[in-house]
Amino acid sequence: MSSAAQQFLRDAAAKSADLVHREIIRKNMESYDAAHLRGRSRFKDWETARRRCQEIKREAINHLDHYLLQFEEKVIAHGGHVFWAANSAEACGYIRDLAVSRGVRTVVKSKSMVTEEIHLAPVLEEQGIKVWETDLGEFIVQLRNEPPYHIVTPAMHLNRQQIRDLFRDKLGEDVADADPQKLVALARRKLREAFFAAEMGISGANFIIADSGAVAISTNEGNGRLSTSLPRIHVAVTGIEKVIPRLVDLATLWPVLATSGTGQPITTYSTLIAGPRKPGEADGPEEFHVVLIDNGRSGLLANAEEREVLHCIRCGACLNICPVYRNIGGHTYNTTYQGPIGSVLTPHLRGSDFQHLSYASSLCGACSSVCPVNINLHHHLLHNRRDFTAAAGSKASGRLQFRLWRIAMVHPRLYAVGGWLMRRGLRLLYGLGLAGSALDPMRAWSRKRAPVPLPRRSFRAQWKKGMALTGAAKE
Amino acid sequence: MARKVSLFVPCFVDQLQPEVAVDAVTVLRRVGCEVDYPDDQTCCGQPAFNSGFWNEARPCAERFLRVFRDAETIVCPSGSCTTMVRVFYPELMGAGPGHDEAVAVGRRTFEFSEFLAKVMGLSDVGATFPHTVTYHASCHGLRELRLRDEPLKLLRGVKGLKLVDMLRCDECCGFGGTFAMKFENISVAMGEQKADSIAVTGAEYVTAIDPSCLMHVQGIMGRRKDGAKTIHLASILASER
Repeated sequence: MSSAAQQFLRDAAAKSADLVHREIIRKNMESYDAAHLRGRSRFKDWETARRRCQEIKREAINHLDHYLLQFEEKVIAHGGHVFWAANSAEACGYIRDLAVSRGVRTVVKSKSMVTEEIHLAPVLEEQGIKVWETDLGEFIVQLRNEPPYHIVTPAMHLNRQQIRDLFRDKLGEDVADADPQKLVALARRKLREAFFAAEMGISGANFIIADSGAVAISTNEGNGRLSTSLPRIHVAVTGIEKVIPRLVDLATLWPVLATSGTGQPITTYSTLIAGPRKPGEADGPEEFHVVLIDNGRSGLLANAEEREVLHCIRCGACLNICPVYRNIGGHTYNTTYQGPIGSVLTPHLRGSDFQHLSYASSLCGACSSVCPVNINLHHHLLHNRRDFTAAAGSKASGRLQFRLWRIAMVHPRLYAVGGWLMRRGLRLLYGLGLAGSALDPMRAWSRKRAPVPLPRRSFRAQWKKGMALTGAAKE
Repeated sequence: MARKVSLFVPCFVDQLQPEVAVDAVTVLRRVGCEVDYPDDQTCCGQPAFNSGFWNEARPCAERFLRVFRDAETIVCPSGSCTTMVRVFYPELMGAGPGHDEAVAVGRRTFEFSEFLAKVMGLSDVGATFPHTVTYHASCHGLRELRLRDEPLKLLRGVKGLKLVDMLRCDECCGFGGTFAMKFENISVAMGEQKADSIAVTGAEYVTAIDPSCLMHVQGIMGRRKDGAKTIHLASILASER
């Protein structure tokens, strides 16, 4: 087992038994569930909308080269710059060099998961640059010096008392009654200073649009607009899979994204940015850069069976509905992307050390049922498992047990005798009060659950005994 | 002429919950089916398949397809194992003749409530069960086989039965096969929340179409000494007073 897997098991055990955490998440998810349901009911036909989004993304991903080049051409025509980064180091290097060469001292960031993926902030901070997260949730987790808990709602795991304490300790102001309005006002005051001081704004992108060379950003706080229009340099950082063919595709994607993300009909601020300020324009940055990041995505693109994982629009719906996520929380994953999409994606992006995530699912399929672009997430978990055991060969844990198991399963008499022995043995053991003890081969079940039922006769034995003809009475 | 039905009894039902299959036979016979149980069947292969060992699972699938090759209609009292056959066998068998055979057998394989409500078109199978019952919608039945109304339709047809709604009835109970053992703590936490949802209903019984979910819920509720009991849909439908 990799050390990441061991860490995961430890953290999952702690978090799933943490009843305070369970209550906070339960409450937040319940209000999300209600909003999501209301949001979906606003669509005349939600399933058709999902299929349309799936088609748009499939078209984009299946012709990624074409649409990315078209996007680049348009951005350059608008007076912007495009940098193609094969990996995190190239992306961070480009942005760092740009910041240093332009004498940047302060950076404001609007929410971006891909900048978490490439660990951009520490690279800039090494240069003495002050980096401000301006999304409220991101601002909070940055003050706590921890990664986002959730790809859409980064501070979902905290209640307002915890945030009041944090602001008091880090910002030196005590907000009476932990009043949410006042907490927000305090954060806003601090962030305004940053917005006006910053020379560079860094944003992510919800979509990049091939036919217009524009970057689409959705936020609820307006921080996206401030980050991208006040500083004199704007850098948009994005994974290559975010491209969509046409501007008009947003007519479907925007409402579906907002509904899946928060239940809103549309996000409060839906922003389109195409290039730097042009002569005669009132605002906008002097320089506009787009950093297109591969970082393992083209490997996924080459895999026809798994390619649709790149359709993801990072709405967070699969996290919200996932009973595993609800119990272990975002930080336990120890990945940039948490929840079902993270469990599917991370082993591809970061290798087999994260393969345990493919197994940490009951395969309930709730994720796939809500995905707005119809990614069959839980089936991809099965594919990950298959590919992982195949790659691990004879070293795959469980291989020997399943080989022995297979022998029994193709020999019905061996299976019947084995089953009888197992029930007999367990009944004896449990009769001695040893259920859940170190001697119990089923202890992973019976440590925390009542033992499994152990009937004297199997169904096949009862059938042979006469049920076949008469429909004998129950045992 | 009586409809011929071949019973597919999942291995853990055969070994741990045989009464579910016994009761399924009772109901099928009562509605006029001629029931056959090919006793050289074993396991559908799902434990190996879900663990990533497709090469170990494939012989089980091949065996299943051989055993049930001539069966007209295959009925299984588990949504999960029906899913394995109908949804996953074609993928497991890959391209070739095995695939086509898997698709054909999958089309003739039905989950128990699906068979009664959809294939036979029944809602009243002559059962009486004077108790309050709440229904847990098992994941595979609901999201892979799309069985939402079939079990409820049958429950509503039971004399004396009072059905009470469960909040989040479609949230996973936490079983997930080997997941329950490998990720014991997560699975138990999920089970506790399911048990909480059941307790809130105040029902005497919780029922489902998947014996594995019920086994897990029973494991959790038994440990907590909760009041509600688990019972498979087949056992309710077999009950006559």
